[in-house]
Amino acid sequence: MPGEIVKSLTRAHWPTGFLPLSSLGPLAALLLACLFFSTQSDRFLSLQNFSLILQQVMVVGTIAIGQTLIILTAGIDLSCGAIMALANVAMAKFAVQYGWDPYLAIVVGIALSTGFGMINGLLVTKARLPSFIVTLATLNIAFAFTQIFSGAETITNLPPAMTALGNPLMVFGAPVLWGSLVMLGLYLLTWWVLRDTAPGRHVYAVGNNIESARLTGIATNRVLLGVYTAAGLLYGIAALLSVARTGVGDPQAGQTDNLASITAVVLGGTSLFGGRGVVLGSLVGALIVGVFVNGLTLMGVQSVYQMLITGILVLLAVATDQMVHKRR
Amino acid sequence: MSQMQAQKLVLEARGLTKRYGHVTALDGTDFELRSGEILAVIGDNGAGKSSLIKALSGAMVPDEGQILLDGAQVSFKSPIDARREGIETVYQDLAVVPAMTIAENLFLGREILRPGRLGRFMRLLDKKRMLVESQSYMDGLKIGLRSITQAVETLSGGQRQGVAVARSAAFARHVVIMDEPTAALGVKEGNMVLQLIRNVRDKGLPVIIISHNMPHVFEIADRIHIQRLGRRAAIVNPKRISMSDTVAVMTGAMQAQDLPAECLS
Repeated sequence: MPGEIVKSLTRAHWPTGFLPLSSLGPLAALLLACLFFSTQSDRFLSLQNFSLILQQVMVVGTIAIGQTLIILTAGIDLSCGAIMALANVAMAKFAVQYGWDPYLAIVVGIALSTGFGMINGLLVTKARLPSFIVTLATLNIAFAFTQIFSGAETITNLPPAMTALGNPLMVFGAPVLWGSLVMLGLYLLTWWVLRDTAPGRHVYAVGNNIESARLTGIATNRVLLGVYTAAGLLYGIAALLSVARTGVGDPQAGQTDNLASITAVVLGGTSLFGGRGVVLGSLVGALIVGVFVNGLTLMGVQSVYQMLITGILVLLAVATDQMVHKRR
Repeated sequence: MSQMQAQKLVLEARGLTKRYGHVTALDGTDFELRSGEILAVIGDNGAGKSSLIKALSGAMVPDEGQILLDGAQVSFKSPIDARREGIETVYQDLAVVPAMTIAENLFLGREILRPGRLGRFMRLLDKKRMLVESQSYMDGLKIGLRSITQAVETLSGGQRQGVAVARSAAFARHVVIMDEPTAALGVKEGNMVLQLIRNVRDKGLPVIIISHNMPHVFEIADRIHIQRLGRRAAIVNPKRISMSDTVAVMTGAMQAQDLPAECLS
């Protein structure tokens, strides 16, 4: 009997089953959007177009993984795009203007953004400041560093090793960037860590009720510091993807990525109050925005209307979230 | 008397003192918990019962005095230290994570990991074992839950209390401390939790409960520790003393030495 119970339960009900019901909403929205745009433009429904969408969301999508981790702990990160841009110009400048080995430049760039993430984490845990304020400050600091360091100039002529992830891999005749695959891999890895490991579950516990988590013996500060540092690492990888995709070190990169990543997380069904959500939802959220932007562009709709529609989508997503939680 | 003194002391405190600035929360209080008993700690607001419990559960470090566990001196710097020694505390706000399941809450902070490298380095959870073990704890405690994979937020107040009690009982090796375990519960749920506390004692674990609810205290306690003005005023036997005399000692209207000897314990 216990064996049967376990068999039926480990799959369905431990909140770690394949995907909880709450993430079906965003998925349905994504499918509906795809259905709609395929009736509006005959160029929409093709592998090439889908791989293009994947390519368009890969930087924001990767940043959104880090953003999801932070939002799961009931925090928010406004500095993600700025940190990504700093790592972006740093690795490009190290390789091109300082003549470093491109791999070393990449590692140092990613280490830089990881360090920035850790500083966010230290300010949140040691100085006990709200994440909104901390990351508002580090947003400005990272942005200023980026401009000072790069002289606000784009860095070109990158070594091929640095842009390798921008090369396509042919999948059923459609070019899929290696970078898109890196993003998908990171999503799966993070999903697994959050679902199946003790530190992953502690992220949820800290986000849902930090005081209870502390009393049960979880080192809450270590969890938070780990989350902000991991987010910094992910922004660094996003920086590499951004460099690979555009082929330049761009000091203007990522300026709207903080809000875009929060949009993806919210559309993906993760609660801004922390402790509830699935990281794969953020991928769906990023794809919803990507599909709308792509589809509306194909329909010839101006980009201001794309923003209008994104705004409406966010309101709908948050309203649905509220309705679901009120019933509890 | 001699027979009672022979009973083994599980947890003992001598001369605990704690001052916060000019306020003396504990003024050299003593404390004794015998094996296999339910000891209620009562006292007026400001009598120092919370401070006493905090010292015993490691949530606060006393300025002076000793705490002995099974006769050996211990010093707790945090609740984690006390828990490591087998003292589990059920906090008033329960310390459960509402969005997580009963099974997850039972093991939160001390998850069972997969054997070998997967557990040690990857910190991979052994969900099956945790589910099997949670199921057997819950069966043992009879709180009538549909499924251990329900989220705690879907439970009633009494059931949540049951989960918190079950968690302590499952992990405690020495002592279970409960802060107001029946507060904010209805009659039926309160009785359910009282029964649960008896079950824990009957498993052989001594229980300390802090409560304002005199009928509950009298119903469940084997002995009552009355805290007054930062000290232990008396230990009384609920079977030999009236509720009104107990309250009189607690408020200072009556002195412990004025009580008949058989009331004391």
